[in-house]
Amino acid sequence: MTTTDIAWDISDRPPLTPGQIAIQRFRRHKMAIAGIFLLLGVLLFVIGGSIIISEADSNFIDLEARLSPPSLKHPFGTDNVGRDILARTIYGGQISIIIGLLAVVVSIVFGVLIGAISGYYGGIIDSLLMRFTEAMFNIPSLFLLIILAKMLAGKIPTFTLLGRSFSGSVIVIICVIGLTSWMYLARIVRANVLSLKEQEFVTAAKCIGASNLSIIFAHILPNTLAPVIVSATLQVAGSIISEAYVSFLGVGVQPPTATWGNMLDQAYHHLESEPWMWFFPGMFILLTVLAINFVGDGLRDAMDPRALVETD
Amino acid sequence: MDPLLQVRDLEVQFQTLEGTVHAVNGISYDLDPGQTLGIVGESGCGKSVSVLSLLQLIPEPPGKIAGGEVIYRNEDLLKMEKMDIQNIRGTDISMVFQDPMTSLNPVLTIGRQLNEAQVVHLDITREEARTRSVELLNKVGIPQPAERLTDYPHQFSGGMRQRVMIAMALSCIPSILIADEPTTALDVTIQAQIIELTKNLRDEMDMAVIWITHDLAVIAELADRIIVMYAGFIVEEADVFQLFSNPLHPYALSLLKSIPRVDKHIDDRLATISGFPPNNLNLPPGCSFAPRCDYAVDRCWIEVPLLEGVGPEHRIACWVDVTTGRER
Amino acid sequence: MSDKQRLVRVRELKKYFPITQGIIFQREIGACKAVDDVSFDIYKGETLGLVGESGCGKTTIGRTILQLYRPTSGEVYFDDLDLVSASGSKLRELRKRMQMIFQDPYASLNSRWTISRIIGEPLRVHKLFSGAEQTDRVEELLDLVSIDAHCVNRYPHEFSGGQRQRIGIARALASEPEFIICDEPISALDVSIQAQVVNLLEDLQEQFGLTYLFIAHDLSMVRHICNRVAVMYLGVIAELAYRDELYTNPLHPYTQALLSAVPIPDPVVTRARQRVILEGDPPSPINPPSGCRFHTRCPIAKDYCSEDVPEWREVKKGHWVACHEVKF
Repeated sequence: MTTTDIAWDISDRPPLTPGQIAIQRFRRHKMAIAGIFLLLGVLLFVIGGSIIISEADSNFIDLEARLSPPSLKHPFGTDNVGRDILARTIYGGQISIIIGLLAVVVSIVFGVLIGAISGYYGGIIDSLLMRFTEAMFNIPSLFLLIILAKMLAGKIPTFTLLGRSFSGSVIVIICVIGLTSWMYLARIVRANVLSLKEQEFVTAAKCIGASNLSIIFAHILPNTLAPVIVSATLQVAGSIISEAYVSFLGVGVQPPTATWGNMLDQAYHHLESEPWMWFFPGMFILLTVLAINFVGDGLRDAMDPRALVETD
Repeated sequence: MDPLLQVRDLEVQFQTLEGTVHAVNGISYDLDPGQTLGIVGESGCGKSVSVLSLLQLIPEPPGKIAGGEVIYRNEDLLKMEKMDIQNIRGTDISMVFQDPMTSLNPVLTIGRQLNEAQVVHLDITREEARTRSVELLNKVGIPQPAERLTDYPHQFSGGMRQRVMIAMALSCIPSILIADEPTTALDVTIQAQIIELTKNLRDEMDMAVIWITHDLAVIAELADRIIVMYAGFIVEEADVFQLFSNPLHPYALSLLKSIPRVDKHIDDRLATISGFPPNNLNLPPGCSFAPRCDYAVDRCWIEVPLLEGVGPEHRIACWVDVTTGRER
Repeated sequence: MSDKQRLVRVRELKKYFPITQGIIFQREIGACKAVDDVSFDIYKGETLGLVGESGCGKTTIGRTILQLYRPTSGEVYFDDLDLVSASGSKLRELRKRMQMIFQDPYASLNSRWTISRIIGEPLRVHKLFSGAEQTDRVEELLDLVSIDAHCVNRYPHEFSGGQRQRIGIARALASEPEFIICDEPISALDVSIQAQVVNLLEDLQEQFGLTYLFIAHDLSMVRHICNRVAVMYLGVIAELAYRDELYTNPLHPYTQALLSAVPIPDPVVTRARQRVILEGDPPSPINPPSGCRFHTRCPIAKDYCSEDVPEWREVKKGHWVACHEVKF
């Protein structure tokens, strides 16, 4: 057939994929690496600890030992009904982190869907969805959080999962946090979708006859992964803090299920007299959130699209 | 007559994640006063990088001027202090870029940008600068120049913005104007206007011009001499009439045979250059054009050819004589 | 010529882009008249060139013909089938037979998909072949465009611009179309690669009996590849003729100016030329001039040119012009 000419020479080292470049850049970000190690430490504590100490121990009430300071028997001290704070920090951590992760899942589902539909279809759908998003933005989130939490309290009963029982309020809090933190992501996704849908590969897909759904999910969304990943990572930290707020105000996860937040609530009347009650959960919140923020920063820099521009 | 600008063995490299990019690999040429030099080549050949480095405009890092000197009025521009080279930029040697939108500050009026340079370098008052600015805009063909001084860059069309860029470049009466692909992004009728304008201005001001482009047709109109670059090397240098009537480097030869003309219909298939563009990360040991050359002999794969004279004002970097197909 | 030979018929096509204002409900306050009453035919097997400068509407026409933009008014027939009123599924069916090749080799391929997935998309959408047959077909297509079939699982960024353009061509061929709109397919490529891609397009046309609408701004390349050429200005077609006729005997003053503005890669010829240099910038399509759109820049405009829209007439066999001053 044709007499040309380019025989593609498979070079021995193909160019780095955007993913590999991102990983390389991430690795050079010292804070991000520190964050990863810190996170691993916390996770080790929270997961490993639960293998050594049972959940029953964290709920074991020992009135004689109440309000005792850290000692060999209770390395983190005990709370106002004599429960071991170390054990509660471990199990509380599990709940707090799970809430953080699942809330972000809820938030991603809403944020991405709303952002994608709004950006892709435009017109009145976009106007309505964005006005709704802005309205949600403008309501102080803490306020919304508290009201929703109070409204939905007690609506879901305690349930058992994998042999452990969880208070229904865990589900409530996950939904509440998720439903009040999707807006930022929706805006970002919408902005990305708006610019992506003008790209020629989308026009090419339409020219081929691909359906709108296929274009949104197979073409456009995979190209908006970067901001979604970064935003999601940082939101985990935000969710952990939101949970702490809400539980501290008493409308969050209900006892006996421990979370770092409701441990802080129980420490409220013992702030000066028994500081170990708030110190340990507080410190873990701090460390976890810091670690996640470092990792998020690193991811943001690593995935900065401007740095991945090729030169010809 | 002494040359105005002498470039000797200029080498520029870039450090990237994937290794060192050898953008410019030892180029040398002279520019005489009032002469128009065209630098021609495709993307990646190093033409833009080479002129940016003349004015120390390459960011270091990741760039690095790895060798050579650029003599202007008995001084080496590459070794000048920051203050001194800044005094040269915009006054003695000016540049016009491809995309006027990013070279003009979008939040300052045109008048302010035009005045700024003049007040600083020509040591005149704001009033005098303003008068000169109006004259300059008039000279480059902007209608209603006095009113337009208070406009912002986005209020001008692409062609008009390029004219403003030229006005700015000329405001301090440079002896050399460097134009880096100034018309590539413009429509063909606007390009014709800008080329006409440049020709008139350079004749009037007796200015030397270095015009960089990938478009051989554009350069045929403007240049006195042409340098053809490939993979960071100069492969052919000749008087404009010589180059088009008698190209002697295989690359220049193939390039000229592969472009269509608007005044003649070419019935046969366009000649093509086989292979793929060079990889400046990994240049071959010999001539970088050898993998794509129809005339390559053994020596071409081992030794980088030197730029040597083959006629009056005509130099090529090639081991082969294309008229016979044999080594020279 | 019988109607069957007219593969595509465009009649009085208009495409306006509304300019809107409003918070929730958008109000139309003006329109960009990108295509304003255009009529022409494309014959089976030919390459019709559509040229013009930026803003003339040529890209919009291409997309409107394929119904990627819905026309504001007018008709488009493909093989005598009405495209404008075709239902969703019927249109989808027809999309197998008409395809597009895009300008930007970087943006026209989804950087997250392997080229096998990219080229196979038309096969999946139209449910042609399945499983192993699809893979075979993809390899066959890669072969047609001279890309090594082993690269099937690589990503676009691993290929050069010219290769990506070939991948785009392979994708366009996947559903065995009869008609391909080439929207500036070579503008973003280096000169030495342009010839390769153009040769490929010509070979494919011969092999598969394709019909092309070749949208471009490079008049030299258009002269090489097209059979007939249409010149657009600000949303209307100014002139349409067989290639040699248009280039040697342009009747519309815009065509004359356009042709004279195109540089020629021959310093002797180009410096001896008489140029028609147009003044000023093209007006905006949001507020086009009244009457003949070209009258504001036309060297021979008369009073009535600003009042009456010139008629689109066949002044010689196969030579159409819209100009008051061109007589039979």
